[in-house]
Amino acid sequence: MEPKTLFDKIWDNHVVEHIEGGPDVVYIDRHLIHEVTSPQAFAGIEQRGVKVFRPDRTVATADHNVPTRDQHLPIREELSRLQVQKLEENCRHHSIPLYGLGHPWQGIVHVIGPELGLTQPGMTIVCGDSHTSTHGAFGSIAFGIGTSEVEMVLATQCVLQPKPKKMRITVEGTLGKGVTAKDMILYITSKISASGGTGYFIEYAGSAIRSLSMEGRMTLCNMSIEMGARGGLIAPDETTIEYVRGREFAPKGEDFDKMAEQWLSLKTDERAVFDREITYDATDIEPMITYGTNPGMGIPVTGTIPVVNKNDPDAVSYYKSLDYMGFRAGEPMIGKPVDYVFLGSCTNGRIEDLRAFVHMIRGHKKAENVVAWIVPGSKQVEKQALEEGLDKILKEAGFELRQPGCSACLAMNDDKIPAGKYSVSTSNRNFEGRQGPGARTMLTSPLTAAAAAVTGKITDPREFL
Amino acid sequence: MPREKFTILRSPFVPLPVDNVDTDQIIPARFLKATTREGFGDNLFRDWRYTSDGTPNPEFVLNKDMYTGKILVTGKNFGSGSSREHAAWALYDYGFRVVVSSFFADIFRNNALNNGLLPVQVSEGFLQRLFELSVKNPDTLLEIHLPEQKITVVTTGEYEGFEINAYKKECMLNGYDDIDYLLSNKDKITAYEQSHHK
Ligand code: SF4
Repeated sequence: MEPKTLFDKIWDNHVVEHIEGGPDVVYIDRHLIHEVTSPQAFAGIEQRGVKVFRPDRTVATADHNVPTRDQHLPIREELSRLQVQKLEENCRHHSIPLYGLGHPWQGIVHVIGPELGLTQPGMTIVCGDSHTSTHGAFGSIAFGIGTSEVEMVLATQCVLQPKPKKMRITVEGTLGKGVTAKDMILYITSKISASGGTGYFIEYAGSAIRSLSMEGRMTLCNMSIEMGARGGLIAPDETTIEYVRGREFAPKGEDFDKMAEQWLSLKTDERAVFDREITYDATDIEPMITYGTNPGMGIPVTGTIPVVNKNDPDAVSYYKSLDYMGFRAGEPMIGKPVDYVFLGSCTNGRIEDLRAFVHMIRGHKKAENVVAWIVPGSKQVEKQALEEGLDKILKEAGFELRQPGCSACLAMNDDKIPAGKYSVSTSNRNFEGRQGPGARTMLTSPLTAAAAAVTGKITDPREFL
Repeated sequence: MPREKFTILRSPFVPLPVDNVDTDQIIPARFLKATTREGFGDNLFRDWRYTSDGTPNPEFVLNKDMYTGKILVTGKNFGSGSSREHAAWALYDYGFRVVVSSFFADIFRNNALNNGLLPVQVSEGFLQRLFELSVKNPDTLLEIHLPEQKITVVTTGEYEGFEINAYKKECMLNGYDDIDYLLSNKDKITAYEQSHHK
């Protein structure tokens, strides 16, 4: 048999039909929905007079719009409230399970999928949100879709997709002290650029990847989209199996053992060919930070902002972006003042991220000039944090643990960074206005964010370790 | 659902010579709260189009009377960022039917095609030429010929071919969409389920 990549194996197993000269009809095992990208899709199927085809393969939560304080009260902002209500109505009408506000399983869609065991190796998973790539950490094909495609999956449990090209990114070696999966992905993105992965699905491999926890793998796969890739995935191993075991919707008992065996066999054949292969050395990676307005504009936190030649074709957009940030080429990042710190999002809002943050700030105090938002990715993360007493350590240091949601990652709720202010954020996007009109975002790991939160300026987290 | 058919479009174009225009620029997240598909055009390029006090920014191309038309010509890597389809709806709702660039983000390309908006990818050289022409002659006319997959500058005759997936081309030409296709293939989907998910 012809050697195949992991991606090909899963994809081919889900192709219902190949349309000549067109895309494949791909069957979807799990469809996750949320309040922002689903209402038009429900309206669409209703107009067509069809019902949701497989409500049992669909799961909904409310995350993008929800406030991170006083979640027991009605949402103040009218349009947000309306979207959340619409989601409740649609789910009720179509018998779709909804873990909405007030439910112990509510949270960011890409955090709750894995923690409930809804995300499993070998699956195809879609959601009307580009960071669906997160679920690829389990060795599944997971990607974001637009609302027309949400409608498509609601109506037929399939999407039409041209098969993407395949890239393998191998990272060998051991990550240094204070260097996390977030730094790894910011590093890779800075090398490949924010569009270098366009058209590809990425498989991450190598010893540095295998040594990551599931949380770290999710952070990595989460940001695959920031290189323009459709998604990223990592072959399942013992770490994956142990994470899935015992979770709410994971198979149980003998069924689990049988599945686990199958999952462990999911990997790229030795002689399989990728359209593109890149290898990095983990020891080259340092704690990273972005200085510009796309996630590819990252440098080591101890580095200086690159100087781009005025004749470079990209010079205009480059300097426009520095202008927006209020930075100058050649400046160091260390020591730059920070106004806001955001820990959270589907990139870094899991329990391990909270632990890392708390570990760093323990015994220190929040800097007076910093406003910090510590937002767990889900109700279950919040519960775990409370059980471990993380909230108390945070409180002693002057921080407050808020309630779960997307929050300042995209500022659709009240958590907006004011215009012109500097935010160190553990989320995934530093686009103009992403965290609020005029907000200036610097992406980092939870460790670097914690260091900034206690010193009030950009600081090398390794000084605290 | 049936939509406008697309065959040949002749129109002047609106130049936006900016690279990496991301979905947050096309339609900022704070305008995504509607539950219908219409009306997003009002907030297309909102933060560039209006100043912070809500008055139109005279410097921005959509506010310049000399540039009109159903074609947007823009810098490379257009539509990167979020999977939000609202970006395609906003462009369509505003009146654009074609976006020309030297490179499109994947999800955007898909979303555009799913909503009757044709992404036309040209070479960097051709793109720069269009920007040049737009300065000299703001009313330069373009022709987008979908059956022949050709984009032509009507006044000068310069042209280039563009790629489009054969299936998507059929859909655009006939004004039907993917869901119509899938719904007519439900039996195949059920057969797949029976053989793969016992
Ligand atoms: S946390 Fe941010 S990136 Fe993740 S799903 Fe929410 S808005 Fe999207």
